Amino acid sequence: MKGKAHRFGDDVNTDYIIAGRHKFKTLDMDELACHVMEDLDPDFCSRLEKGDFVVAGRNFGCGSSREQAPLALKHAGVGAVLADSFARIYFRNSINDGLPALVCDTSEIEEGDELELDLEKGVVTNLSRGQEIGCDPLPEVMLDILNEGGLIPYMKDHGGFSIEVKE
Amino acid sequence: MVLGGNNVYGKEKRVGKTISEKILGSHAGAHVSAGEIVVAELDYMMAQDGTAPIAIRAFEGMGGDRLKHPERVSFCIDHNAPSPSSSVSQLHSLMRDFAHKYGAELDDVGEGVCHQVMLDKGHVVPGSLVVGADSHTCTYGALNAFATGVGSTDLAAAMLSGSLWFRVPETMKVTIRGELGRGVFPKDVALMLVGTVTADGATYRALEIGGDTIKDLDLDGRLTISNMAVEMGAKAGLMEADEKVMEFLKGRTNAKMAPVKADEDATYVEEIELDVGKMVPQVAKPHRVDNVCAVEEVEGITVAEGLVGTCTNGRLSDLRAVAEVLKGKKVAPGVRLIVAPASREVMLAAVREGLMEVLIEAGGLVMCPGCASCVGTHQGVPGDGENVISTANRNFKGRMGNPEASIYLASPATVAASCIEGKITDSRRYMS
Repeated sequence: MKGKAHRFGDDVNTDYIIAGRHKFKTLDMDELACHVMEDLDPDFCSRLEKGDFVVAGRNFGCGSSREQAPLALKHAGVGAVLADSFARIYFRNSINDGLPALVCDTSEIEEGDELELDLEKGVVTNLSRGQEIGCDPLPEVMLDILNEGGLIPYMKDHGGFSIEVKE
Repeated sequence: MVLGGNNVYGKEKRVGKTISEKILGSHAGAHVSAGEIVVAELDYMMAQDGTAPIAIRAFEGMGGDRLKHPERVSFCIDHNAPSPSSSVSQLHSLMRDFAHKYGAELDDVGEGVCHQVMLDKGHVVPGSLVVGADSHTCTYGALNAFATGVGSTDLAAAMLSGSLWFRVPETMKVTIRGELGRGVFPKDVALMLVGTVTADGATYRALEIGGDTIKDLDLDGRLTISNMAVEMGAKAGLMEADEKVMEFLKGRTNAKMAPVKADEDATYVEEIELDVGKMVPQVAKPHRVDNVCAVEEVEGITVAEGLVGTCTNGRLSDLRAVAEVLKGKKVAPGVRLIVAPASREVMLAAVREGLMEVLIEAGGLVMCPGCASCVGTHQGVPGDGENVISTANRNFKGRMGNPEASIYLASPATVAASCIEGKITDSRRYMS
């Protein structure tokens, strides 16, 4: 997975990712995608190319549980979100929607950097700066959900969370 | 069932458990410790009109054709209620049809804010495990329930299977001491706490909140504090259940109650103490909930709108405080004071006590029980450059529907006093 970095700061809340005034109206995520991040950066959507990365600081996705946040990012074409940390509901939602969310040190990634993500290895390569950045490993259950393309296909296959029990 | 994960305390044998470890453990059928990942059976699950439509689509996508426990599922129409547009009405119809088809409870327009409706209807009891597709589900921690917000797809999986996976959280112990001064309210304590812990200071953690101050508060006040746990990133805001909780639940439920206390030797990742005995009223300034200061720092800033209500401060005690400040006074010309009681039950009680008469005579605009203007879609979207003072829990830019407006958060009394003067005001001047 390869794309450009779009930089954001700390505490990007889900109201900023997709505002309530848009999200309540529709189930059409492509329509919501046009408004993603608009209160922080009105031109974000027009600059975004498919597969690009959102790169943020701490506590990305804090606030409301609205799943329209990761869904709108995904439908807008974002390939993955990298952040120093995520708020927990957003983090689960993103994985459940099949949008990779990875915790890593984003301090040296700058706007426009070319990034490559190896999801299996959990490594981000900053091609513009020749740096490799390791990501925190995802719990097994989340990796399984992500590998199946999200929680909907996962539940369709398994019917529940009865994967390998480790006592 | 334990799926994996790592006990954060290593292999060391730990006997003492936190409230979270006990409740998640009893619902997973195992002894569990923080850091482990478990599958736990849910006692109740809820979604509202901002989240239920996606959950319905996800449920269908998962091949769902029945709810595992229809009697444990409710949908509440509160965020956009009554509907402001035909497109929203379509989503409301989708929820009504789904609830009817699968036998779930539907709390329709006017019942109130989902969280207060859950409490009023007795769906939450001490020791239970509850998820809601709304981040403020953590409110029920005040009833000693492990209650946490999830997204719509997680809720769909919960409706289908009756259970969900959880990472057992580490716990941060919060002890609050001191008697609240005149004109100082539980909301001020909540704001002080968020300001101290910060917006991500409790991320992935559960809070156990106790101390003399909490013991002395009524249930309404405790709910206000647990409600704001998520504003610190916390997964739950747990308190112990006492006779005040039991009194509230009397006649509302026949469910088995299993109140849970932490063991004396439970392990906490952090312990903080707040002394609120000398605390003055607090305000969170735009556009961050943890941007908290004493009211005097912002006194005099003009306000165009006040909002009293929401899952944070729409309960009877809150309306009483507002009525005490407003009695015999008038809202300043050009200021809109919007009042939305948290539920039909709260509204009726306020009517019977004569509180509504006071609010209406003072110039308050009374809305249907529900979320009102808190979520930025209707019933009070502010204009460009306007300041709003609100009892809600979030002041993010654009939260109330206009990124050109600013939101200050405060207690119901501070909001009421500020609306009388048309500027942020220390409510203690209006309290006997």
